[in-house]
Amino acid sequence: MTNERSKKSKRRTWVTMLFVVFGFLTYAYGIDVTDVNLDEIESEQRQTNLFRIVRALAHPDILSRDTEEVTISAEIYVPCGATEAAAPDTSGAYLLIDPSCADPEAEVIVRGFGFAPGSQGPISFIPPSDVSLSVGEFVVAEDGTFEVPVELKDRPDEQVQHIRVIARQDVGNLKWTETARLTFDFALETVFMALLATTIGTFLAIPLSFLASRNLMRPIKSPMVSLALGVIGLPVGGLVGIWAARLARSGVGFLLGNAFLTLVGILVLVAVIRYLLKLLFPEEEPDEIPTGSERVVRFVLAAITAVVALSILVLFADFLISVGSNMAETTGWFRAQDRVLEIPAGPLFFIARFVFTMGDILRLVIPVLAAAIGAGIFAQLGSVLGRAIVARVSDSVDTLLRYVTAILAGAVIATGIGAIAEWFYQWDDLTKTFWIPGLVGGLAGIALAFRTRKADQVASGMTIYYMARTLFNSLRSIEPLVMAIIFVVWVGVGPFAGALALALHTTASLAKLYSEQVESISTGPIEAVQATGANRLQTVMYAVVPQIVPPYISFTLYRWDINVRMSTIIGFVGGGGLGLLLQQNVNLLNYRAAAVQMFAIAIIVASMDYISARLRERLV
Amino acid sequence: MLKVEHLTKVYEGGVVALEDVSFEVPDGEFLAVIGLSGSGKSTLLRCINRLIEPTDGKITWHGADITTASQDELRRIRRKIGMVFQHFNLVHRSTVLTNVLAGRLGYTTPAASIINRFSAADVAKAHETLELVGIDDKARSRADELSGGQQQRVGIARALMQDPEMILADEPVASLDPVLAHSIMQYLDLIQKRGVTVLCSLHFLDLVQQYADRAIALNDGKLMFDGPPLEIDDARFREIYGQDAERIG
Repeated sequence: MTNERSKKSKRRTWVTMLFVVFGFLTYAYGIDVTDVNLDEIESEQRQTNLFRIVRALAHPDILSRDTEEVTISAEIYVPCGATEAAAPDTSGAYLLIDPSCADPEAEVIVRGFGFAPGSQGPISFIPPSDVSLSVGEFVVAEDGTFEVPVELKDRPDEQVQHIRVIARQDVGNLKWTETARLTFDFALETVFMALLATTIGTFLAIPLSFLASRNLMRPIKSPMVSLALGVIGLPVGGLVGIWAARLARSGVGFLLGNAFLTLVGILVLVAVIRYLLKLLFPEEEPDEIPTGSERVVRFVLAAITAVVALSILVLFADFLISVGSNMAETTGWFRAQDRVLEIPAGPLFFIARFVFTMGDILRLVIPVLAAAIGAGIFAQLGSVLGRAIVARVSDSVDTLLRYVTAILAGAVIATGIGAIAEWFYQWDDLTKTFWIPGLVGGLAGIALAFRTRKADQVASGMTIYYMARTLFNSLRSIEPLVMAIIFVVWVGVGPFAGALALALHTTASLAKLYSEQVESISTGPIEAVQATGANRLQTVMYAVVPQIVPPYISFTLYRWDINVRMSTIIGFVGGGGLGLLLQQNVNLLNYRAAAVQMFAIAIIVASMDYISARLRERLV
Repeated sequence: MLKVEHLTKVYEGGVVALEDVSFEVPDGEFLAVIGLSGSGKSTLLRCINRLIEPTDGKITWHGADITTASQDELRRIRRKIGMVFQHFNLVHRSTVLTNVLAGRLGYTTPAASIINRFSAADVAKAHETLELVGIDDKARSRADELSGGQQQRVGIARALMQDPEMILADEPVASLDPVLAHSIMQYLDLIQKRGVTVLCSLHFLDLVQQYADRAIALNDGKLMFDGPPLEIDDARFREIYGQDAERIG
């Protein structure tokens, strides 16, 4: 027993020693790698530099007064020669040099008379080449005089040389410096950049977070044929969506460009769509399950409704653009058609710009939106169709269909990947990017079809879940600073690039955080709402959404906080905001200006911290 | 008529929750389901509206096969089957009215209910139903502000909104004190008197004998007893609950 114990304690001793040795080696190597160098810290030159910077930081360039300058020179010969220095004009302020000629690097005494009491400035030695060499500083005493010993520079010359002083005196009231004004503008830019990024990120992250929630996605399972048809539906739907957007645009093309006509068009189409929606969605779902032909009619109606809806969006975008342009013309932001930037006039120009930009964004987004929605609808359609087919056909037909659809679906996915690879590497070789991937995808489809049986349910929900998770995690691991570098190349230096980079990162992070909240909600209400006959969408709206509102608000505020922090430094890579100004001033060794930006960052971050904490307390 | 034939449920991981369970319930009957915790009562009730997918067997109701119903068919079957839960399963942050209106979701078009729009008739019906269970004054309160007994009444109101032809009650009184338990059971009794079939899992035999027309008992997923509640004497009781069990209440 005792033997056992001593053995154990011995082993513990050994383990402890091993840890000590390991720790020692770790830190020894760490210090070597980080280049710890105490000589640098102790060096006098380095310390002088440090003090200069720290003191400059303590004198931020926020407030200043107007100054009055008086420049006075006196002649001097270095070394002494045949000519005597001229006597100064003593009618105003003047300098006396004692002696009026001396050897290089000798010490002379500079006396000033008749200066304004309290004024101060530098003393310079001016050789004939007219450069200014600083030799000292002076402060004028109460009686208007000063006396400073200075050492002459080693610039011997036969010609006359000069000692010059510049006496500066503050006059007038305190006022904001140019740096302070600029910092304020950039601080605003910083805060709004963060706000914009958070807003965009939140809007995108909310729907995406549902796709990355295990508890919502796990129950989504479908037969192989259904899944395969869904996959094939994706690209088909995307193309149909783009085509529908084009159709919608050409359908209302004759109205575009005129605010009044577009408005009329919108009103008419809204009336039409209301009628269509009433036809499509009766208030109460009928007892009978719709028959096949009823479904076809409904689908056609839905397609028409979708095109009408897209037309309304197109008109609305154009309406905003027209209104924005007209407003801009009155406020003078830019000329309407050719988008030439002019000087902002009028106090409301930013509203015109906002309206115009919203319209422009909508115009750009419509085809993308249509493609995404089309892909979604056709994927859903394919999967429903697949389910219906599987429920009706015999086993052998199902097997045939399973192979055919799986081969097609595999080929669709693989050629999609091939197309992406082609975009990146530009092989320009159809064998490499189309035929081989298509073949491989088809073979994978055969393998999958071989492994599944008719009754098998493929976990399609979990596949989407893993894909979404992987995407978010990889996007999240790229710092917004790095993303900003790419966006700066795309949209140019400025806050827009920063906002886009932050928005992308925010989307990924929030989607992850949100989805974890969805995963932690209580399942009871979901079960209860499902039991009433609610479909998946209704279940999410009535049982999931009410539960996640508080954590979503909380996380959004938290993210806004982070975005403000990030936006203060994203300017270092050209992303706009305070960082841009700070970096410029640091590079110019203008530390007093840099200090202003540093203080601004501290104030913004601290107040954001406080505000978001209070808001969270209040709302959640 | 609800007909359960050879119902079997095996969970992932191999736990057998139900094994070859068969019984019939005529329309309008109050059937009690008894058995120990973990004997399969909840699984049985959830298989009937397919909140849990059965592994094997067949459930038919009014001639329709529930086990093979498509999503659309299932939606139409579910909306005629109300469900009441032990932990009420209300959405805490929503109002009582919204919770009750959720009972209409099976009837409303998804597009309309997404933007929280229920017809005026539905809202009026919700108030009526809340009045029936005596808490219409709480309609605008948040669900989690209510006491346990009140929450279960909201749960019953939600089930009633479905115009149910059958109610599945999963231990509806297990989280309540005896007085509240009786008041909730009386509501279920009232619903049955209106011609609704009630399937209710219960723990207390005196409640079973007071309210149920018939009882079935499960032990370890197997059907042990099917008959009138008064037939459960001490010997039967041991058979259902195990040799060491003692009767309380």
